[in-house]
Amino acid sequence: MMKNKPDEEDYWNSSKFKAFTFDDEDDEFSRLKESKQAVNSIRSLVEEEDDEDEVEKVSWSGEPVGSISWSVRETAASNQKTQREHAFPKINASSPSVSRSHSGYSLSSLFKGKTKPGNFQPFTDSLSESSVKLYAPELRKPKSESKDYISDWSPEETIHRMQQGKVVSLERFRSLQDKLLLLDFSVRAHDGNIITAVLIHLKRTLSKEVLFRELESRQTALRHFIHYLTEIRDHRLLLELLRALGRTEDAALLQYKEHLNIEDESKRRDFLKSCLNLPFSPEESAHVQDHYTLLERQIIIEATDRLAEHAGKVEIFQKFPRRASILNMPLITTLYYCCFYHYNEPEGTYSSPLNIRHTFRISEKQYFVTVLAARAKLKAWSDLDALFTSRNWLGFTKKKSPLSFHRVVDILQKNSAPTQVLQEYVGLVDDADLRIGLAQKHKCHDIVINTYRDLKDRQLLLGYRGKVERGSAEERKINDLLDSPHIRWKN
Amino acid sequence: LAELADSPELPDFSLLKRLARDQLIYLLEQLPGKKDLFIEADLMSPLDRIANVSTLKQHEVDKLYKVEYKPIISTSDQVCFLIRPRIQTVKWIYVANADKAAGKFRRYKIIFTPQKFYACEAVLEEQGLFGDVTTDEWAFYLLPLDDDIISLELPEFFRDNFLAGDQRWVRTVGSALHLLHSIYGPFSKIYGIGRCAKMAYESWKEQVEEGDTKARQAEIGNAFLIDRDVDYITPLCSQVVYEGLVDDIFRIKCGCVEFGHDVTSSDKSVKVMLNSQDKVFSEIRNEHFSNVFSFLSQKARNLQTAYDKRRGMDIKQMKTFVSEELKGLKQEHRLLSLHIGACESIMKKKTKQDFQELLKTEHSLLEGFEIRECISFIEEHINRQVSMIESLRLLCLLSITENGLLPKDFRALKAQYLQSYGVDHLLTFANLRQLGLLVEQQPGETLTVMESKVGKLVNDKTAGKLTDAFSSLAKKSHFRALSRKLNLVPKSDEEYDLRVPRDMAYIFSGAYIPLSCKLIEQVLERDSWTGLEEVTKLLNGHEFAFTGSNGADLRAKSDAQRIILVMFLGGCTFSEISALRFLGRERGYKFIVVTTAITNSSRLIEALLGNKV
Repeated sequence: MMKNKPDEEDYWNSSKFKAFTFDDEDDEFSRLKESKQAVNSIRSLVEEEDDEDEVEKVSWSGEPVGSISWSVRETAASNQKTQREHAFPKINASSPSVSRSHSGYSLSSLFKGKTKPGNFQPFTDSLSESSVKLYAPELRKPKSESKDYISDWSPEETIHRMQQGKVVSLERFRSLQDKLLLLDFSVRAHDGNIITAVLIHLKRTLSKEVLFRELESRQTALRHFIHYLTEIRDHRLLLELLRALGRTEDAALLQYKEHLNIEDESKRRDFLKSCLNLPFSPEESAHVQDHYTLLERQIIIEATDRLAEHAGKVEIFQKFPRRASILNMPLITTLYYCCFYHYNEPEGTYSSPLNIRHTFRISEKQYFVTVLAARAKLKAWSDLDALFTSRNWLGFTKKKSPLSFHRVVDILQKNSAPTQVLQEYVGLVDDADLRIGLAQKHKCHDIVINTYRDLKDRQLLLGYRGKVERGSAEERKINDLLDSPHIRWKN
Repeated sequence: LAELADSPELPDFSLLKRLARDQLIYLLEQLPGKKDLFIEADLMSPLDRIANVSTLKQHEVDKLYKVEYKPIISTSDQVCFLIRPRIQTVKWIYVANADKAAGKFRRYKIIFTPQKFYACEAVLEEQGLFGDVTTDEWAFYLLPLDDDIISLELPEFFRDNFLAGDQRWVRTVGSALHLLHSIYGPFSKIYGIGRCAKMAYESWKEQVEEGDTKARQAEIGNAFLIDRDVDYITPLCSQVVYEGLVDDIFRIKCGCVEFGHDVTSSDKSVKVMLNSQDKVFSEIRNEHFSNVFSFLSQKARNLQTAYDKRRGMDIKQMKTFVSEELKGLKQEHRLLSLHIGACESIMKKKTKQDFQELLKTEHSLLEGFEIRECISFIEEHINRQVSMIESLRLLCLLSITENGLLPKDFRALKAQYLQSYGVDHLLTFANLRQLGLLVEQQPGETLTVMESKVGKLVNDKTAGKLTDAFSSLAKKSHFRALSRKLNLVPKSDEEYDLRVPRDMAYIFSGAYIPLSCKLIEQVLERDSWTGLEEVTKLLNGHEFAFTGSNGADLRAKSDAQRIILVMFLGGCTFSEISALRFLGRERGYKFIVVTTAITNSSRLIEALLGNKV
């Protein structure tokens, strides 16, 4: 499908989607505000008439009183109390006996299939004999019936009985062939519970080598076995299995995953170092290397900065105390941190943003975004100016950005940049419509006025005059333009 | 179409709640006397929907605790655990139980729900607890969340089945289906697509054959089973229908949402049940968000008028007003102000995160144009460290719609992702690749060569299975072709009035018809898969259609034939439910959605994160 540029810009203004936009200024939204006012205006009236019993009783935590989650919380609270006061919780002794009789009906009607006249008539009616059986499957009999001798069940019958929850013995299947028959029938029954049960038996009664070999050609069973080992956290056996299957990359990942269990940062770092020799693909290997290098560096930065903060000599730590440790944070968070606290350091230091950029091959765009966010947060507008300014070979300066300028404006605005700063970057937005939109949104009047002037659009300029403040410099400027004899208006 | 305008009555699913409650009571009575009850955290809300504290107290439950993986502090002689069959929880019960060492005697009972697993019992056995602890099963398979939504409340189904390839829940799903079938069936026809759907069907079939079924009046006509991996696109899209949007932003849990102080404009947060009982909500839940405002303001005006009526009433009129209308008005007022507050909060959040541009990117991806711009949008999203989940979601959408990323793009985006959110997400990428959600484009034959190579190593019987395993491991996406064949993306130069939706695309602002729902529509229309061969081929097959035993004679008879049960294996979104409700209104059907859990893009991606211990 061919689409050209104007189409795209029209996308949200086209009739198809005009109905609605997620924008503050939207008419619909203001309508919502009106309705809220309407509802609020009645509120006082409603509240004065509110009587207790109509409001759902809700405890302090917002749970309806009487709900189970509410009660669990109550127990927890009262337990703390009990431990302090050594008092027994008071229980209303009268309630159980009363209520027992209430619950009786349902049980008898359900499990015995008797129809009881009264309020549950339709309910019992709708249950046929056979369905009743279903709901109370052998609840009354113990599952091991005495006549079920574990004698001669074939592998297939055994699997079938296991599915029904009956007691079976797998011990008698001693030949490899029988064991594998059990496994294959369980797979054929599509019942993961039974597949795993058989696998547990095979794990106990077969050597690893034989089990692994047989699993290799049985993908479904293999996946169950891997999942089972993961759940019981038998990582050693799981690693052996993966290696035996030649799935070295999976094994490497599994081993790498272990680092999540290591709390102590130096131990974690050392562990990551040991992961560098694992058989990862070259690409993954580079990522793991980065992980190790990053943590190593974070440990150094953290130690230095903690000291500096304690000593109270470095101004920035006093003005903006660190809210959390930098340990185990992602790379970009670390870069942001360094742009925040260590922006002007020479490239030789570990915490210098430029050093981080080079060590970790951070893209230009990524680097810009992060510096922008960090310096804007500090309201260091001059740093930004320098960041975007480039000089060509003739010595002229020009503002350049790997990130589109309307994004830049967006980030600045979120960090509450003043209008003059915003204005500068709004002015750099290439697309005229986008520029006007942004300028209007951020009240950069000069840009709007100049753009309308350049468009020679008198009507729009007239319209905009109504939006600027009475008697302001902007209004005067518009008036001057409108009166100017030099402009040939197009309308 | 006029005769279809009336919609059939839905069966009464509150019966399922009573069944579950009564069975729980029965199990509690099996342990007579006072006992403390430990409940697994994610079972608390489902339990709240079917019973309350007094029900439990009536059966001698003394104190209630949440399973928190901390030492047990109960002083009771009898302790009962109500848990999901998870190895970790069973291990905790052992660790937390220092009684044996202390020479203390207590009675323990573990109730697994919805069923127990051998692997859990094996843990008990290994730790020498087998026998000391009695175990039981509470067959609480189905929780009705609303008139037309039933959930198995098994979010882990998705990860277990699709990522780990563990079929432990297949029989559970079969049993759930069996339960529905025996109360509300027999089904006249059952359709499905997906590997798991097929297995669940077979498991159900087997269970039907084991029991004897009596002929009865059917309340549900047809059933349709669908695997989540048939359509990953739909749950990965931003939701813009009210209920879906509320779920995306506030997270609806078990049919209940907690609105914080930004919504209630007070210092308290409120928990609200969101279902058809809420008269305001039920009218806006399926609406595109843009229509919700006008609806709410209309409601607010009406409400004001109703209140204003009081002026100039005499005492008698006032009395009737207070006794008859006031309560309803007050209730409506409360709901109205909540939903207005929610809308406001949604608007605030969405404007802040450039939702407009995000949607534009999603729509471009679905339409398949200006992919370069989409990629740089995603890149910038990553560079700016905007939500880790959101970035992954967009990457996955890009990968599925484009049938994988170009190697150059893949490497660059992955590297930047790891830089922004942490290298440990290597594990997340491994998971996403395994599922086929985020992959590098491969030259076409690579997979087949590997397949045949491995295929030769094994015997014939397993070879078929192996191919299956491979196709699900590295599922190729054919989204573009599917989209063309099924007309999933309406032409963009046509007008789309969201106020008067003309098809299911309205749930995505007219930009995309959800694949899952489109398949259901097509199959129901044809009453078979005939004519959809090319489509099913692109979806890796596994489609099926079977006629029930006594479907034919019931056909003409009842409304039940217009009630269709759709079962999502691996979760469905509120947007899909809205789309099906729309389809139902158009065609005179009523859909009942049964799902392993309600999902959305965040839940789906979170289930696949690998950087957790």
